[in-house]
Amino acid sequence: MTGTAARTLGLLTDGLDGRLSVPPHEVAFPAGARIFDEGRPADRFWILLTGRVALDIEVPGGPPPVVETLGPGDLLGWSWFFPPHVWHLGAVSVDATRVLEYDAVAVRSLCEQDPALGYRVARAVGAVVGERLKATRIRLLDLYGPRVAGGLGTVGP
Amino acid sequence: MTVPVPHRVVRSTAETSDTTTVLLEPEGPGLAPFRPGQFAMMYAFGRGEAPISVSGWEPPGAGGSCGRLVHTVRAVGAVSAALRGLRPGDRVGVRGPYGTGWDLAAAEGCDVLVVAGGLGLAPLRPLVAELVDGPGRFGSCSVLVGARTPADLLYRGTLRTWAASPRVAVATTVDRPGPGWTGDVGVVTALLDRVAFHPPGTAAFVCGPEVMMRATARELVHRGVPAQRIQLSLERTMHCGTGHCGHCQLGPVLLCRDGPVVGWDRAERLLTVREL
Ligand SMILES: Cc1cc2nc3c(=O)[nH]c(=O)nc-3n(C[C@H](O)[C@H](O)[C@H](O)COP(=O)(O)OP(=O)(O)OC[C@H]3O[C@@H](n4cnc5c(N)ncnc54)[C@H](O)[C@@H]3O)c2cc1C
Repeated sequence: MTGTAARTLGLLTDGLDGRLSVPPHEVAFPAGARIFDEGRPADRFWILLTGRVALDIEVPGGPPPVVETLGPGDLLGWSWFFPPHVWHLGAVSVDATRVLEYDAVAVRSLCEQDPALGYRVARAVGAVVGERLKATRIRLLDLYGPRVAGGLGTVGP
Repeated sequence: MTVPVPHRVVRSTAETSDTTTVLLEPEGPGLAPFRPGQFAMMYAFGRGEAPISVSGWEPPGAGGSCGRLVHTVRAVGAVSAALRGLRPGDRVGVRGPYGTGWDLAAAEGCDVLVVAGGLGLAPLRPLVAELVDGPGRFGSCSVLVGARTPADLLYRGTLRTWAASPRVAVATTVDRPGPGWTGDVGVVTALLDRVAFHPPGTAAFVCGPEVMMRATARELVHRGVPAQRIQLSLERTMHCGTGHCGHCQLGPVLLCRDGPVVGWDRAERLLTVREL
């Protein structure tokens, strides 16, 4: 882990360690466990230690398609930070997964009380949201599909 | 301009719905040996010529010439559709080798990252073959592959063979998973978090759509990989293949002669040139 994931982990945890009445604790999910459902209150968040988690979205008449997978070092969940504090996607473990679980309600209230900490956490969460937005925009181009100008994987029938 | 050497198709294998790999045998003396990352001008008789990377070869023929050539072609227009439609026994003209090729020697002693998007895996395949089969002159080696869907992944059998090798770690991701896909979903740069490498001592080889190559190179630089150790294959349209016609000029660079493989320290500026 050398990139965004590692930086996020540092930014988030450095400011929080030792300041939560319920300290972050390790939780294990077996493969295939649903971690949260779309539309439910976002009252926790997790940092992945091992394994992978798939983010999915409800569609009528079939299993929820996976829109992105997360791996070690990634932040699982950012909806807890922004109103209305409700998950906008679902999450299910792909492999046996270990995570560090945080009490999001407690972190939010700490951020309200301590603006310097709040700024730090906002930067960390904002960086994750920004990275995922960038990735989503690139995927919107359907780069490997038919005809976007420029490059090998781009041409199509 | 050199004359195309007639080759006969020995085998053609459908990779995906629009992409086929052909194995070609020279009808007479073969071409000079290719290096990974170089390309040939392939001439579909009566249709025209297209630059196509060499995606493999079989043992060299007599007199140091290149033996059988492997090319993977995606049908996008008249020429590539004709090449994709080649069947065993068909004839095709081939000239080459052209272009700079990957500089694997520059990666000696480094961790190696190979990052491929879509058809970009074709020119990288012979490079990975050298990493897998060659003597251990490198640190950790990782192959990261992105595709549109699981069905669009090229060389699935080869990917499995590589994944079983202790020499390389292989990670794949798709934009659109289908039922039953348990691999990763997302952009290929997200796979950089799945493999171990020491950024200042890493060399990267990147090929795919330009947007993907830019995003990958920027992310690598951001993590501390030196720009000059990131090699990209700039595969914009070209015509003569020999640096004469100027069709593939990108700024001061003639891509068929000075490329297609270019370091990110030079490519970053060039990729802002829209025309071509
Ligand atoms: C160095 C190099 C290596 C290549 N290696 C391979 C390879 O291994 N396998 C393979 O299938 N293709 C490869 N290509 C691309 C291939 O040369 C083109 O797809 C082919 O020339 C298109 O010719 P056409 O007559 O079939 O289609 P055209 O009618 O010429 O073009 C059809 C559509 O594809 C677009 N297009 C054509 N060429 C390119 C390109 N280079 N980049 C982006 N868009 C393009 C056109 O703008 C048009 O929209 C490579 C190109 C280069 C420059």
